[in-house]
Amino acid sequence: MRTTGVIPSRPKRRLWFGSGIGRLNYRHKQRLFIYGGLLIPLIYFVVIRILPILYSFNVSFREWGMLSTDKPFVGFDNYATLLSDPLFLKSLVNTGIYVVVGVPAQLIAGLIVALLLQQVVKLRGLFRTAYFIPYVTSVVAVSWIFRWLLMKNGIVNALFIELGLGPQSFLYSPTQAIFWIIAVMVWQNIGFQMLIFLAGLQNIPKLYYEAAAIDGATGWQRFVHITIPLLNPVMLLSVVMASIGFLQSFTQVLNMTGGGPLDSTISVVLHIYNLAFKSFDMGLASAATVILFVIIFMLTLVQLKVLGSRFQQE
Amino acid sequence: MSRSAAWADTRTTLRWKRSGSLISYGLLTLGLGLMVFPFLWMISTSFKTLDEIYSLSLIPSRVTWDNYAAIFQGTPFPRWMLNSLYVAVIATVSVCVFDSITGYILAKFTFWGKQVIFVLILSTLMVPTEMLIIPWYLVSSSFNGMDTYWGILFPGLISGFGIFLMKQFMESLPSELLDAARIDGMGEWGIFLRIAVPLVRPAFATLCILTFLGSWNAFIWPLIITQSEEMFTIPVGMAFFSSEAKDSSNWVQIMTGATLSVLPLIFLFLCFQKQIIRGIATTGLK
Repeated sequence: MRTTGVIPSRPKRRLWFGSGIGRLNYRHKQRLFIYGGLLIPLIYFVVIRILPILYSFNVSFREWGMLSTDKPFVGFDNYATLLSDPLFLKSLVNTGIYVVVGVPAQLIAGLIVALLLQQVVKLRGLFRTAYFIPYVTSVVAVSWIFRWLLMKNGIVNALFIELGLGPQSFLYSPTQAIFWIIAVMVWQNIGFQMLIFLAGLQNIPKLYYEAAAIDGATGWQRFVHITIPLLNPVMLLSVVMASIGFLQSFTQVLNMTGGGPLDSTISVVLHIYNLAFKSFDMGLASAATVILFVIIFMLTLVQLKVLGSRFQQE
Repeated sequence: MSRSAAWADTRTTLRWKRSGSLISYGLLTLGLGLMVFPFLWMISTSFKTLDEIYSLSLIPSRVTWDNYAAIFQGTPFPRWMLNSLYVAVIATVSVCVFDSITGYILAKFTFWGKQVIFVLILSTLMVPTEMLIIPWYLVSSSFNGMDTYWGILFPGLISGFGIFLMKQFMESLPSELLDAARIDGMGEWGIFLRIAVPLVRPAFATLCILTFLGSWNAFIWPLIITQSEEMFTIPVGMAFFSSEAKDSSNWVQIMTGATLSVLPLIFLFLCFQKQIIRGIATTGLK
């Protein structure tokens, strides 16, 4: 497709000084529109997005208390402090759990719902809407709703007792809490995942399934040899996006447990938040954001490489 | 295979298919319950009287509006709703204006520096917000941005995701149409406003709604930049008054607040779900 709006046949004219906008050459008018239109967004991106990143690196190499007037350069001291801080290491391990448990759970749940939705014709719209609603609602509100449901004398425990599973302490249990938070995160994102997979499934030509059916392939074989491989590019995007999402776990953690009990749910971002806005140690907090950034960057690269190359082979 | 055997085979396949979809309906309904029940329980709690909140019936024996009256009179909740609305509307308008023009220019013109600019904008999407929050905070606190609407707003006025979305939609505009308008002597701004913008109206709907939802639900930045209760947005207010609530009787108030913060979004989503779903499906696949 042609992307340029320039009409080639028009001859070039010289731009005279003082000729005024009205007499500007056509090409010049277009340049004016392009750079004029991009001016504000470009300044915005440089000032609000790019410079703060550089600033953040700068802060991470300094001892930066909120009250101290000079912020001396300390090299990698902040990084060394963090990597020997058991709480930071704990938050790293927990964040690993969020990603390793959360990403597959979210993908599998979303895929199951998408596949089921493909089987039905009637009420499809209703189901799709119902599954998607949690995604558009407020994370804070949802966190508190689940706190209410998962209370000691809440409705879920009543159900558990009814089923003979006994009363659980859910968010007050150091071994269970993190998995309940992950469950809530998955619950809220199923709808989004389902939509992405539905769009992917619709792009798979029906012909493949028909051909496989003629060759006598079972439903499971068709799923493994057609659906999964052809869904791979969509899968790749989902894995990358979901990983980034779970690496940044914060709102649910803060609102459901505050990081407890016994720091069993604290995530890297919650730790950063505490460092920066509870102890006002901006140097340490910035160093932690840089570490998180590096982790996200590396993980994304690896995922694109590994999953991407597998997709190339198919 | 004889003809009748073939028929029998088709019939069993059909029957299998029908029962398969029956199982699908069953599982989907089960899941639907799981999706909707938390909201029903929230709404139900918000209509219960204090002595009934621990009862395990979904329908309260006596429906009361007192909790809503209490939240509107006794808490700054209405103010928080107005704050959220104000901030979300400004962010939405700004994002739509700037993202559409940027997306249009990046999609429909070739010029020096185009690739660099596009990569620069896209690369900011990969940086975690946490990395930006500390510099934003330090700068806001030295420029009196704390606890102001501008402070809440400035990080969300232009979105890289929106530019990407707009570019995708603008690329589908036929260049011939734009050139025809040029030959007729229409100015570049005129072409953008009177031809391009009306043609990508669905993209605007998607972007508007997603920006509005995002801004209404935003938590971490408003939590950091706001300090006084009058400046809170709904999520910050919710988190604040929920964590203040030590007494369990406040659960009814928390659920009333949650209902008020969630229902407008569900309503908005139901009105615009076609646009939202299409927007996510198109951006998700590219």
